Amino acid sequence: MRSRLNTLFDALLPVFATLAALGVGMIMLLILRVSPLEAYGALWEGAFGSTNAVAETLVKATPLLLVGLGICIAFRANVINIGGEGQMIVGGILATQIGLTFTEAPGWLIIILAMIAGFIGGAIWGGIPGILKAYFRVNEILSTVMMNAIAVQLMNYLLRGPMIDPTQLEKASKIPQTARLVESFRLLRWAPTRLHIGFVIALVLAILVYILLWRTTLGYRIRAVGQNPHASRYGGIRVRRRMVTALLLSGAFAGLAGAIQVYGVNYRMITDGSASGFTGAAGFNGIVAALFGQLHPIGTIPASIFFGALLVGANKMQRVVQIPSALITALNGLVVVFVVSSEIWRRRRQRQRLAFARAAEKDDAPPPSEINPSAEEASTS
Amino acid sequence: MNFEIILHSGLATGTILLFAGIGAIFAERSGILNLGVEGMMLLGAMAGFSVSLSSGNAWVGLLVAMFAAGILSLAHGLVTIHFQADQVVSGLSLTFLGTGLALVLGEGLTGQNPPLIPDVSIPLLSQIPFIGPVFFENHSILVFVGYLFAPLSWYYIHKTRPGMHLRAVGQKPSAADTMGISVYGVRYFYTFVGGCLAGLAGATISLSVSPGWYSSQTTSGQGWIAIALVIFAQWNPLRAALGGYLFGAIRRGILDLQGPALLFGFANPLYVNSNLGFFLQMTPFLLTIVALVMGSRAAARKRLGSPAALGVPYVRGERGH
Repeated sequence: MRSRLNTLFDALLPVFATLAALGVGMIMLLILRVSPLEAYGALWEGAFGSTNAVAETLVKATPLLLVGLGICIAFRANVINIGGEGQMIVGGILATQIGLTFTEAPGWLIIILAMIAGFIGGAIWGGIPGILKAYFRVNEILSTVMMNAIAVQLMNYLLRGPMIDPTQLEKASKIPQTARLVESFRLLRWAPTRLHIGFVIALVLAILVYILLWRTTLGYRIRAVGQNPHASRYGGIRVRRRMVTALLLSGAFAGLAGAIQVYGVNYRMITDGSASGFTGAAGFNGIVAALFGQLHPIGTIPASIFFGALLVGANKMQRVVQIPSALITALNGLVVVFVVSSEIWRRRRQRQRLAFARAAEKDDAPPPSEINPSAEEASTS
Repeated sequence: MNFEIILHSGLATGTILLFAGIGAIFAERSGILNLGVEGMMLLGAMAGFSVSLSSGNAWVGLLVAMFAAGILSLAHGLVTIHFQADQVVSGLSLTFLGTGLALVLGEGLTGQNPPLIPDVSIPLLSQIPFIGPVFFENHSILVFVGYLFAPLSWYYIHKTRPGMHLRAVGQKPSAADTMGISVYGVRYFYTFVGGCLAGLAGATISLSVSPGWYSSQTTSGQGWIAIALVIFAQWNPLRAALGGYLFGAIRRGILDLQGPALLFGFANPLYVNSNLGFFLQMTPFLLTIVALVMGSRAAARKRLGSPAALGVPYVRGERGH
């Protein structure tokens, strides 16, 4: 009974952390002389107030979930991938180029090819820091951040130069965007909303990533490398290669998110010149979502919907109470701060349970069935 | 393409990296990895700019900038030191928090003209040919502060008693604890110092080197470059200063390539097609990756590494410290 309560408490930790973060957000709103009730009301209204609002929330959640899935893989291997932004961009560029090159081909074929191209583009952009880490000992956190900045400039160049929409060339505005994709290339939409099939693809992939991580040898190896690289090498796992694999796959999912953003939402690659003009900072927010989902692919699903809702709701909040939507960036940070801080209680109880089990073992060895298997499993993870 | 100008500007922009990098060195020497430098810098840049505007005194702005970023870094300290949370994750969330706060509070600051930190020349030294104009003429006071700050930090870390305590806490906290040094206290203090210096770096941008508030473009990734600089500098403040200046100069030199219509007697492709300038914008980041590869290899060869307890929370009495 006690262990069940504990499990429930562990599962609810993120919820408490969120409430704490929203509480701090309330204080910030009060300091800014805005009624928190009105602000959060607008946030809720914007995210879930209508069918269209819910659809928009899911549209925003899609890239977060995809990036988050990649983050689950990377972080489980103890490889920190902050390069989601750049990987999304490169995936988006390659996918867009496919659609712009083969305008006569059948839609289903181009969509599949474009998704593959996005996957590969992201994999390349994630694989480079992977190789640098595994073989040159370059810190992947920093190299992925640098790769983001490089990808942004590459995009700025391509969308203003070689890939620019020909009609924009004649105009004075010169919006950095490509030509529109042919209609048959667009992902299926649930009209009249903008919700597209990409969300379903992401859900399916979440299950696949779960299977990959916990039901395949590769997944086992990736997690083993993350837990203890020395023991893994001793056990015959090629640690360096698995690190590269983890970053490669992680990048690939972000690249796919970029491709889906182009084929499902914008129907063209477009930026506003800022660093997150194309991605909407999904490459960063996906990390937040994955961490909030306890780095579990299935947990990342509700987590990305939650952060998708925050992002969509923030726009409404900005309109209603004139609070910059960047407040949500701060809230994202707060949520994660509270989630990681709350981990200490989980660890503390784990240690207690372990000590408890050990003491019981010493006194009079109990039958093995009495030792709580979930506690043992938790203590090794 | 004037060598003197390139070096002069390298010293100015390098000062930003110098402050942020040495701040990160102090924190990391105590065992606390703070990836939130970018967020703290942005908050510092905003706070400095905003307070200088409202108070009419740039120095007050500078102080508040340091204090604001320092307070933010204490959140990281609390989470990682007392709650023993993952330093990478906490640092990342600090980036979000700092960026978000700076953007919300910095709304409407763009285009304002607060008083700035003045530029000065050092009377006699600026008369020296070449060296004078590059090092001692028309620099922000903060650049001169940087000249003194880097060697003093080196001396402090390597030659003084508190510096030794700092290194001990980062290398072997359990031994330091046994000697009666407060591990938590030292870590909190240098996390705060690192935050203050990141704030100073931010205010150096917004109040001096490239004055203005351009929302998240104000720092444009320099916080991350500063963290990379620490690895390149192998946790040595003097090397961090040199690296910062070198980086600033190379960056300026590369950007200057776009200026002339003719380059070595040929038509300059960067001048003809201004879009190619985006590739120049990439170079600081490419350069950082190259520096990381070089720094990591040198560290591996000399068996020099990060402080041994970097990123590891300290729990008294637990094994593995």
